[in-house]
Amino acid sequence: MASKIGVYVCHCGMNIAGTVDVPAVIEAAKAMPRVALSKEYKFACSDPGQEMIKQDIKAHGLDAIVVAACSPLMHEKTFRRAVEAAGLNPFLLSIANIREQGSWVTEDPAKATEKAKAIVAGAVFRAARQEPLEMRSVEIHRAALVVGGGIAGIQAALDLADSGIPTTLVERQPSIGGYMAMFDKTFPTLDCSACILTPKMTAVGQHENIKLMAYSEVESVSGFVGNFQVRIRRKAAYVDHTKCNGCGMCMEKCPYKAPSEFDQGLSQRRAIYVPFAQAVPNKPVIDPATCVRFKGKKCKTCIKFCEPGAIDFEQKDSVEEVTVGSIVVATGFQPMDAKKIPQLAYGRHPEVYTALEFERLNNAAGPTQGKILTKDGRVPQSVAILNCTGSRDTNYHEYCSRVCCMYALKYAHLIKEKLHEATVFDFYIDMRCFGKGYEEFYRRLQDEGVRFIRGKAAQVFGGKEYKAIANAAGFIDGLEDHQLVVQAEDSLLGKLIRVPVDMVVLTPAVEARADADEVGRKFLVSRGADGFFLEQHPKLAPVSTTNDGVYIAGACQGPKDIPDSVAQGSAAAGKALGLIARREVEVEGTTASVVDELCSGCKCCLTLCAYNAISFDADRHRSSINEVLCKGCGTCVASCPSSAIKAKHFTDEQIFAEIEGLMSM
Amino acid sequence: MANAKLKVGMYWAASCGGCDVALLDIHEKILDVVAVADLVFWPCAMDFKVHHVEAMPDKHIDVCFISGAVRNSENEHMVKLLRRKSKVLCAFGSCAHIGGIPGLANFWDRQSIFQTVYHASPSTENPKGTVPVERFKVAEGELTLPHLYDTVKTLGQTIDVDYFLPGCPPNPDQIAAVIGVIAAGKAPAKGSVVGASERAMCEECPRKKTELKFKSFKRRHLTHPDPEVCFMEQGIVCVGAATRSGCGWRCIGSNMPCRGCYGPLPSVHDQGAKMLSAIAACIDADTPDDVERILDTMPDPAGTFYRFGLPASMLRRRQRGQDGREAR
Amino acid sequence: MSFEPRIVGILCNWCSYTGADLAGTSRMKYAPNVRVVRVMCSGRMDPTLVLKAFQEGADGVLLAGCHIGDCHYISGNLKTLRRIPLLKRVLVELGIEPERLRLEWVSASEGARYQGVVNEFVEQIRSLGPLDLEARRLPATASAS
Repeated sequence: MASKIGVYVCHCGMNIAGTVDVPAVIEAAKAMPRVALSKEYKFACSDPGQEMIKQDIKAHGLDAIVVAACSPLMHEKTFRRAVEAAGLNPFLLSIANIREQGSWVTEDPAKATEKAKAIVAGAVFRAARQEPLEMRSVEIHRAALVVGGGIAGIQAALDLADSGIPTTLVERQPSIGGYMAMFDKTFPTLDCSACILTPKMTAVGQHENIKLMAYSEVESVSGFVGNFQVRIRRKAAYVDHTKCNGCGMCMEKCPYKAPSEFDQGLSQRRAIYVPFAQAVPNKPVIDPATCVRFKGKKCKTCIKFCEPGAIDFEQKDSVEEVTVGSIVVATGFQPMDAKKIPQLAYGRHPEVYTALEFERLNNAAGPTQGKILTKDGRVPQSVAILNCTGSRDTNYHEYCSRVCCMYALKYAHLIKEKLHEATVFDFYIDMRCFGKGYEEFYRRLQDEGVRFIRGKAAQVFGGKEYKAIANAAGFIDGLEDHQLVVQAEDSLLGKLIRVPVDMVVLTPAVEARADADEVGRKFLVSRGADGFFLEQHPKLAPVSTTNDGVYIAGACQGPKDIPDSVAQGSAAAGKALGLIARREVEVEGTTASVVDELCSGCKCCLTLCAYNAISFDADRHRSSINEVLCKGCGTCVASCPSSAIKAKHFTDEQIFAEIEGLMSM
Repeated sequence: MANAKLKVGMYWAASCGGCDVALLDIHEKILDVVAVADLVFWPCAMDFKVHHVEAMPDKHIDVCFISGAVRNSENEHMVKLLRRKSKVLCAFGSCAHIGGIPGLANFWDRQSIFQTVYHASPSTENPKGTVPVERFKVAEGELTLPHLYDTVKTLGQTIDVDYFLPGCPPNPDQIAAVIGVIAAGKAPAKGSVVGASERAMCEECPRKKTELKFKSFKRRHLTHPDPEVCFMEQGIVCVGAATRSGCGWRCIGSNMPCRGCYGPLPSVHDQGAKMLSAIAACIDADTPDDVERILDTMPDPAGTFYRFGLPASMLRRRQRGQDGREAR
Repeated sequence: MSFEPRIVGILCNWCSYTGADLAGTSRMKYAPNVRVVRVMCSGRMDPTLVLKAFQEGADGVLLAGCHIGDCHYISGNLKTLRRIPLLKRVLVELGIEPERLRLEWVSASEGARYQGVVNEFVEQIRSLGPLDLEARRLPATASAS
């Protein structure tokens, strides 16, 4: 037990000293057990402040240090380094948080001082019981995994591979490209999406350092920072891609069709297909749900037309294991199902489109070759774009989806460009044009004659029944059968408006993928209240997660546009690279361990560990903890009925001592 | 000490007498004991009076075993007297060690116990409402009774104890071994628990256990547990995982779950809290409502987890508050 | 003099302690009665620690961890979710009002929630009055193990 404790109470300028009577705390600390010296300092974290502590440790032979200052989350590392530089084990430091949880939250100086004394006493009592610990060093495997082949994942994989890191890119779909591959143009520059994306996709496909595993999914992840073992399931494509030359004859001849996922069901694809022409890899897969051979029929069309003989109906799923040092999760988002908002008539009226459907409708490679046409082939005379479909709406998603205002402007522009005569209405709550060149784009669209209506669309009506009602009630004159009516409150005019249009485009919220929960558990990445993956710090660690070695990029972390997704892809790759470049990583020694002499083999701990760090030796009838896997949560420690598991740096004795100290004042 | 026989005493404070029987249960080994020891005080077995003890010089008794908790003024007086008269003093059995069954009285207090015993209990027939009084004058003089305390204490909370021999009652083999060790002058460090293991019951328990998951709790007397399988896996609370082994798993062998008489493990601060924690963490529920629903199937959790050790637990007894108010 | 409750708060490092820090950086004022112990996860919140706080004279104990589903250690808080109701049942039998022990989920972004929880809990304990644990008035516990 430490017997010569040094206590340092920081003024933090006036942040602490303005409320807490620092000299009184110093005096109180002097009377605490095992305190050898007690000093105050203006800014303890400054170089001279740290120097003073170092000198005192050497001069007075201090064997534990208490710094009463800001939160340990702020400066524990700083003071640990200082203590270590003076030859003391860094775990012999204890921080008393008298700022964030003291001076800043307490109005009455007397009460703040009293609380500060108690907090210091807690730290002093605890410090006496603290034990030296070693940091553990773990070697880092020089390889990376990127999960998700959308633009964020593509960028991350390319950055890693370009730096010479062997990188595995896993994509669930038959091709990489993600949502960006579906877009026609990108806002606000109106670049052709395919023109800027396709070269990157090709680069991925050809990169010597990238192992592309499309049509594959991560099954499980084990291990820890620097040494993740990842099992990846490659789904059976029923086509031997090593033989396939991508000629496309099979797709041309296949007689069975299904709605194209890529075209949002607006066109058909074959049972053997590549999702789109520029797909990477550009090798087909057979969809067993559509192919009649899986229903017992004897169709041989694809086999007959495949010159290299690549069709293989015997193919099975295969599982590969890769070992990587770091992981970038870029699993993206999903658009909200617009049917969840029944009043917007999606799925009930054919001329109500989702944004992605409209993207395909508008795309030169899409089902109408880029012609904006209604389902019955007419050119719409008027189109309404409804912003905030399920975003900024406490019934659905409270958050802003960040991209809809901008792509709504893009649609408005494209409609105006293609159909000069058409009227475009944009119903919005607020126009959020925060990015580079975005506000300028908005201004340009205002000049292009788009009718912006400040009011959230409340309801979309349509059909003959509504026409009858509307005409009878005199709502709208001359409504045609095929027309839709968008009803909203124009909040600038303060009145209800009903706008007849030929086509309605919804902007469904960007939401966390339905399986984000499961994926998060695989990678031990937690999720926020909005369902998206949670970054380690919203400002200072935006692509890191609380699982060391796992980074997040793109819209899996929250709604994001292409520039932000790319930036995050690069950022995550940079973090992953930085980790790999260190070759080895220090891991905190604050794990749990089993005291063998006390373990009776009761097995109460076995089911508790979320990291499978506890194993049971049946021969010896003892539990043991793999400290490399242990994250140090202490859940097993709290449960062990024999108190045979010790949480290093958080032992019962240390916490007991801290409670005794806190209650001693 | 090589030539002289060891002078041994055995006393019972708040005890059922089972410990004295357990001492006799060492059977013919009692002869070995008698060969090396003189029994200088054992009121349960032979006729001794208090004045015999009072007449002894201090530290006259080499080893004194005391069973029972300290519940009244007489218990306290006697154990303090014996402490003075003994060189080595050993708490014998669960009651002296951790409070034992008499310690359950700490869920109540003197007043409520008197109310139940002399008035409210269905089997009480007391039309005159007679209650014990500590002093009562009769023609022959004054009769006295010891004062019953509100709070049962362990022996260690009352006097300085050298060793603790746990068990309700202690395993006879362990008793013999401990006497042998002390007689041989190979006494362990002061304050040690002797005659028991440093590991929990599960160390010795022969039952099979795979994974703990409580979907509900079952009461032993309403079930027919599989004698091969861990009680806990069958939903029956067994506190063996938080209890020292050394008893020879007599209960478990009789298809009864461990109730904890051997007391907590060496680094455990509160036997009940640790067992509670281990069991609750394995409740098969993830919502507060489901947890409560499963907990509703566990009768008397406090009595279950503190059956033997309430006086030695961190909170020692049921709190009554300054004004004696009830928290219930 | 009015009764000033003394409360021990045990907060998980990642959510609740960070949330309490956020209340500080946001300069939210709240009752000074809670003295905080930081542990890594609410899963570490051994019932023994709660008893220790009461034993040392705390009038109330506040436990706070990450919201269910958001545990930094995946499921540590679930173990606490299960333990505390049983502990409360035992506390009732031990004569301690279950309201003196409170389990809350406070995320790293809920500084205001932490402020609210503390203020509310302090008032609740104030109305319950001091615990005045009897064990503190009984003789010291000699080695019982």
